[in-house]
Amino acid sequence: MTQVMLNALVVGTTYALIALGITIIFSIMKVVNFAHGQLYMIGGFVVYYFNVVFGLPFWFGLVMSFLIVGLLGVAMELFLFRPVMLRVKREEVTMLLAMGTAVFLESLALLVFGEKQRGVPPIATGIVELFGARLPTGRIVVIVVAAMLIAALMAFIGYTKTGRALRAMAQDREATALQGVNLKWLSAMGFGLGTGLAGLSGGLLVAIFAVHTGAGTAISIKAFLMIMIGGAGVLSGAILGGFVLGFLESVGYALLPGSLTFLIIFLIVICFLIVRPNGIMGKPWG
Amino acid sequence: MILRQQRQSALRRALILGAAAGALAFGTSAYAEETLKIGALGVMSGPFAGWGGVMCQTFKSRAGMWNDDGGVAIGDKTYKVEVVCVDDKGDPKGAQTGAEKLVSEGVKYIQGPNTDSTAESAKTVMEANGTINMPYAFSKSLYKAPASQSILGMVASYQVGPVIYKWLMENKGVKKIAFVSENNADPIKQRDEGSAGAKALGLEVVSDQETYESGTTDFFPILTKVIGTAPDHIVLSGVSPSDVGPLIKAARELGFTGTMSTETGQDPKAIYEVAGDASNGFIAAGGASTEAIRSDFMVKFIERYTKDWGEWNDVAGLYVYGPEIMIQTLQSAGPKALEDTEVFKAALTGFVGKNPFLKDGGELKYVGRTDYGQARQVSVPIVVQAVENGEYKPLFVGKLPD
Repeated sequence: MTQVMLNALVVGTTYALIALGITIIFSIMKVVNFAHGQLYMIGGFVVYYFNVVFGLPFWFGLVMSFLIVGLLGVAMELFLFRPVMLRVKREEVTMLLAMGTAVFLESLALLVFGEKQRGVPPIATGIVELFGARLPTGRIVVIVVAAMLIAALMAFIGYTKTGRALRAMAQDREATALQGVNLKWLSAMGFGLGTGLAGLSGGLLVAIFAVHTGAGTAISIKAFLMIMIGGAGVLSGAILGGFVLGFLESVGYALLPGSLTFLIIFLIVICFLIVRPNGIMGKPWG
Repeated sequence: MILRQQRQSALRRALILGAAAGALAFGTSAYAEETLKIGALGVMSGPFAGWGGVMCQTFKSRAGMWNDDGGVAIGDKTYKVEVVCVDDKGDPKGAQTGAEKLVSEGVKYIQGPNTDSTAESAKTVMEANGTINMPYAFSKSLYKAPASQSILGMVASYQVGPVIYKWLMENKGVKKIAFVSENNADPIKQRDEGSAGAKALGLEVVSDQETYESGTTDFFPILTKVIGTAPDHIVLSGVSPSDVGPLIKAARELGFTGTMSTETGQDPKAIYEVAGDASNGFIAAGGASTEAIRSDFMVKFIERYTKDWGEWNDVAGLYVYGPEIMIQTLQSAGPKALEDTEVFKAALTGFVGKNPFLKDGGELKYVGRTDYGQARQVSVPIVVQAVENGEYKPLFVGKLPD
C-alpha cells in the first residue's frame, strides 16, 4: 500500500502542476483552453530539443519551455482569442476556437517533430526505498521542483501587485479597469502565464515520462476533469483536483480491474458534480 | 551524427511542407506520363502515428525509389507511382470515409489500415468496390472467405506470440507470464489471444486483466499491481509506439527484473531514448532490417527513408514488404489487374517473387492457407529480436506457415 500512496503522491503532484495553467486561463478569460494538452506537449518537445538535440542543460530547456510556450500563449491571446471575443460573446465560440487551435497545433507538431516518442536523459539516477516501496530519484526531484513551482505561483498570485490584479480581473473586469489596470496587457500576460505553465509541466515531466505529438488530447481531458473536481478558476481547487484525481487513479488501479478504474472515476465525478456543480472550492476566486 | 540528422529532420519536414504548399499553389498540370495511384489508409496522428504515419512515409520513399529508376513496368507501359495518404485517425468511421475517398479517386490498391476496428470498418468499402487492401490488423474475418479483398501485410500477434513464449520457456526458463494492455478493443483482443496461446503452451498466466487508459503518462499505478503478481515475463499486448518506452522504464524502476516483450512493430531507437538501459533485452517482433539479415537493397532503402524523413524508423523495415509485393504482383499479373482486382487475386496463389530485403534473398509470396484458408498474407519473415543499446539484435528468424 505504501507504493500505491507514493504513486498517488507523484501522480497528484504532476496533475496539480498540469491543472494550474488551464485554471488560470479559465479564471481570467472564461475560456476553457482545450489546447492546454497540446501546449504541454510542445513544452516537452522544447526541452527535448534544447537538452538532447542541442546538447544544452535540462534546466535551461525547462526555462525555455516556459518562455517559448508562454509567448505562444500571448500570441494566441492577441491574435486568436481577443479578436474573436471582442466580436462574439457566446462562450461556445471560444471553446471551438480552442479545439481548433488544439487540432492545428497537434497537426503542426506531427509535421515538425515527427511520429516518434521522445525522452531526455535522466535528471537523477538511483532508487529510494521507503517501507518496501520504490521511488526513483528522478521522480523525487520532479516532485520537489513541481511543489516549488506551485508554491512560487501561489505566492505570485497572492502577494504581488500583478497577481492581485489578475485575481481582481477574474472577479470583476469592469471594476478592475476602473482602478486603472490595463486589462489588455493583463489578459495577454495571464494567458501567457497559463500556457507557460502548460509548457513548464510538459518540460518538467518529460524528465520522468516521455512525450509524443499525440499526447495532448488526453492531458487536456484530464486537466479539464481536475479543474471540474477542484473548482474551475480557483488555484487551490486545481491543486486539490489534481491530487484527488491522482489519488483516485492510483488507488483505483490498485483495487479495481484496470478497465473499470476510469469508468468509476468518471461516475464519481458525475455524482459529485450533481451535488456540488462548482467543484470542491466553489466559484472562481471568490 | 544522430543529432545532426534530427536537426536536419525538422528543416526537411518544413521544406516538404513548403514544397507541398507550392505544389498546391502552382498546380500539377505538367505531367502527361502514366501514373499508378496507390493509397495508404491508416492512423497517422495521435499515439498510434508511429504505425500509420510510418506506413505512409515508407510507401512514399519506396515509390520515390521506383520513380527515380524511371517508374515500374507493367505490361508495355511504365508507370510513375503516386502515393495518396489518408489519415483515419484510428477511428472506424474515419477509415470508412477514408476508404470511400480513395475509391472515389479511382484507387484500386491500398496499404492499411493499421488496427482491427478500422480495417473491419474499411472492409465493407473494399469488398463492395473490389478494392484490394493490405491491412496491418489481425482479425481473421478480414482474410477468411467470404472476405477476399484484404491481405495481411505482416505477421499476426497470434502467430508470433506463442513462438516468442516458447523460446522464452526454453531459453529463459519463463514459467509465469503476465499481460498488460491499453483499454481498447484491438490491444485487448491481442491480449486475450496471447493469454490463450500462453496457457496452451503450459505457462501460468498470473495476470491478464489489467489495462490502462489511452493517454496514460504514469504507468507506475498499473504496473505496481501487475508486478505484484510476480511474473517471470510481461507481455505488452498491442502496445502503441508512444507507450512502450515509458512502460518498460516504469517496470524496471519498480524493480521488475524479468523479461518483457511485445508482438507489435516498434522502433528500438525511440524505446532506448525513453527507457535507456532499462530497454536492453526487450523483445519485439517485426522489423526485418537488422544488420545481421538485411541486404544491400534494404540498406539503400534505409538511406532513402532517412533522406526523406530525417530519421530511420525500424517499423519501416516491416512496412516496406507491402508495397514491394503489391507492385511485384501487379507486374506479374499484367495491366488488366490495374483495373480489375479479380485478375490480381487470381495471381495470388501462384505468385512467387524475389525478396530484395534479406541478405540471403529468398521468395516473396502469399501465404495464409493454414490460418485463413486462402492465400491472404504476405510472407514476411518472423524476426524476433531484442533491443540492445538502441539497436535490434535478432534472436531468431522464422517462417510463416503456407
